[in-house]
Amino acid sequence: MSARVPLPAWVDRILLPVLNVSLAFLIGGIVVLLVGQNPLEAVQIMLYGAFGYGDGFGYTLYYTTNFIFAGLAVSLAYHAGLFNIGAEGQGYIAGLGVILVALWLNGTHWALMMPLMLVAGALFGAFWAFIPGYLQAKRGSHVVITTILFNFIATSLMSYLISRVLKPAGVSADESARIEAVTRVPQLREFIPFFGYSPVNLTFPLAIAALFGVWFLIWRTKFGYAVRALGFNPTAAHYAGISNARLIMITMALSGGLAGLVALNEVAGVQGRLILNFMAGAGFVGIAVAFMGRAHPIGVALAALLFGALYQGGQELAFSMPAITRDMIVTIQALVILFTGAMGEMLRPPLERIFARRAPAVARPAE
Amino acid sequence: MTKTFTRSAIALAAGAGMAALMAGTALADPAVLYDGGGKFDASFNESTFNGAQRFSEETGIGFGEFEITTDAQREQAMRQFAQRGANPILVPGFNWETTIRTVAAEFPDTNFAIIDAVVDLPNVRSIVFKEHEGSYLVGILAAMASETGTIGVVPAFDFALLNAFACGYKQGAKSVNPDIEILDTYIGSGFDAFNNPGGGAEVAQSQLDRGADVIFQVAGGAGQGVLQAVADADKLGIGVDSNQNHLHPGNVLTSMLKRVDVATYNAFKDFEDGNWTNEIITLGVAEEGVGPAFDEHNEALITDEMRAAVDEATAKITSGEIVVHDFRTDNSCPV
Repeated sequence: MSARVPLPAWVDRILLPVLNVSLAFLIGGIVVLLVGQNPLEAVQIMLYGAFGYGDGFGYTLYYTTNFIFAGLAVSLAYHAGLFNIGAEGQGYIAGLGVILVALWLNGTHWALMMPLMLVAGALFGAFWAFIPGYLQAKRGSHVVITTILFNFIATSLMSYLISRVLKPAGVSADESARIEAVTRVPQLREFIPFFGYSPVNLTFPLAIAALFGVWFLIWRTKFGYAVRALGFNPTAAHYAGISNARLIMITMALSGGLAGLVALNEVAGVQGRLILNFMAGAGFVGIAVAFMGRAHPIGVALAALLFGALYQGGQELAFSMPAITRDMIVTIQALVILFTGAMGEMLRPPLERIFARRAPAVARPAE
Repeated sequence: MTKTFTRSAIALAAGAGMAALMAGTALADPAVLYDGGGKFDASFNESTFNGAQRFSEETGIGFGEFEITTDAQREQAMRQFAQRGANPILVPGFNWETTIRTVAAEFPDTNFAIIDAVVDLPNVRSIVFKEHEGSYLVGILAAMASETGTIGVVPAFDFALLNAFACGYKQGAKSVNPDIEILDTYIGSGFDAFNNPGGGAEVAQSQLDRGADVIFQVAGGAGQGVLQAVADADKLGIGVDSNQNHLHPGNVLTSMLKRVDVATYNAFKDFEDGNWTNEIITLGVAEEGVGPAFDEHNEALITDEMRAAVDEATAKITSGEIVVHDFRTDNSCPV
């Protein structure tokens, strides 16, 4: 182990992720080739679909918004050494908070409602994450297990509430009553016609603000310092006078609150009503986004954009190349997750060997 | 500098490629957008596909199709078809209701059709089925075929449409044998239950363990797990939507057909022949839109008495003598 030389920063942060994504696309290309389609044309369609025109770019940003919030939620918890797999359920429950406030004050102007719906969503999401946080801090139930299980509870609870309580009479689809247009979070297309019909809305700038907010919180505040101390070494943090239990609960709640903002985008921005399973896996993609982005806001932003582009480009691909089914799109997305998340460290040893050989004089004295 | 240039060149090329592609697809062909369960669910969506396919084979006219992965894609894909000139655009499933309201209003010159929901716009045809009536008939068959006096129904999850199937089935079974015990177990709690055949098999197994010897699956793709488990135990299953009698010959009593394929075929054909109407079409037992499937795979299982009982009930439903309660009208089941 002593022979291992750390990689230069740019290799670690840029080259390695780029190589990982390239590998994923290489394998994805082989899949496309196997079904008898041209991989280069497929890439072209995906790029055009994701960035080539206003509607497509707007959809990319809409997906990106979800992935930024979910990615930040996972990242924040990760800095405290907590693996929050429950962003999916936290966001889902947050939808309840958003819709309750929205329907309660339906018809009120969005400028007043957006902060209210934001707070309600964040609080509901925070509550759903706080319980596993409490169980971890006070009862020692591992947060990975509890957050997974809380996803299932959230699904069942929300199915029940939507189909039995929130559904208005005479509607066949399982969905809540609609939020009036004036109350909904406005679409960016109302200000920027370039975005066509796409659903990207004011939640997107909010997501950008959240990136800065989380960066500031983790690296520029006492609280963030305590969070990182807890993540690096809980024993040392405790010895330094930090209340680990309290910090775990607060961090989990904040993490859930961030996941809850996905609901603001989906419920108040895009759908205008509460529908079944509106999260559609965004919470799980958040895990991949956080890992690929090294739990840093800049990384999260780029990874979220990549996945947003994959989702929207994938739609375009499935639409334009009927031979490529949606299952193959999922395969390609899964390959990216596999190579950037699960096998993200696979290329590190060979890269370390290459760079150790290339710059021994610089690296060695640092040992 | 060169990098930027290459990048814009790629973008340009991609743009040009797409423009060419789009020009190629700007045909007045019909289009189908499938619901969340996906095209090959051996059930509802596949039935839609079969109808469209039959139309395509008979007329030589192609059709566009798309499978959604997220709800946000509904509006997007429907609009893409409308923008590229597809006509008519047909969607199976009430989950499309909100989408079709939005997009149909934007494209008044395009015709739309929705199955399982009513949308009263001037350019939308609505097709709804009386699933409870057809389920009543298969309930009669189930009660007559049961030797244990216990039968089961497995809906994917707690959901009004699926409960309407289950409720019609119970009414039919009770009309034959008022003392029959009917087990009713959901597979899951959300739409993903439709894609969970493993869960379907487990639920069916537990009903079998509790003595059920005929089980009606109302679970889309997950229903294949139900039928498999029932066949493994050498009991009787009942298929749904499409004719699933052939899946396990001898172990599928019948299938509750919902002729989505016919509705789809008729819609495309009407448009082709210039007979398109934008109205509400209700297909029940009287219209032969729903009902049990009889074919060579289940003829050994269906006795003459069973056949006669179904024919009698069919006549009474058609004449109005029997009114099967629809769960959806009051969200409750009388039996």
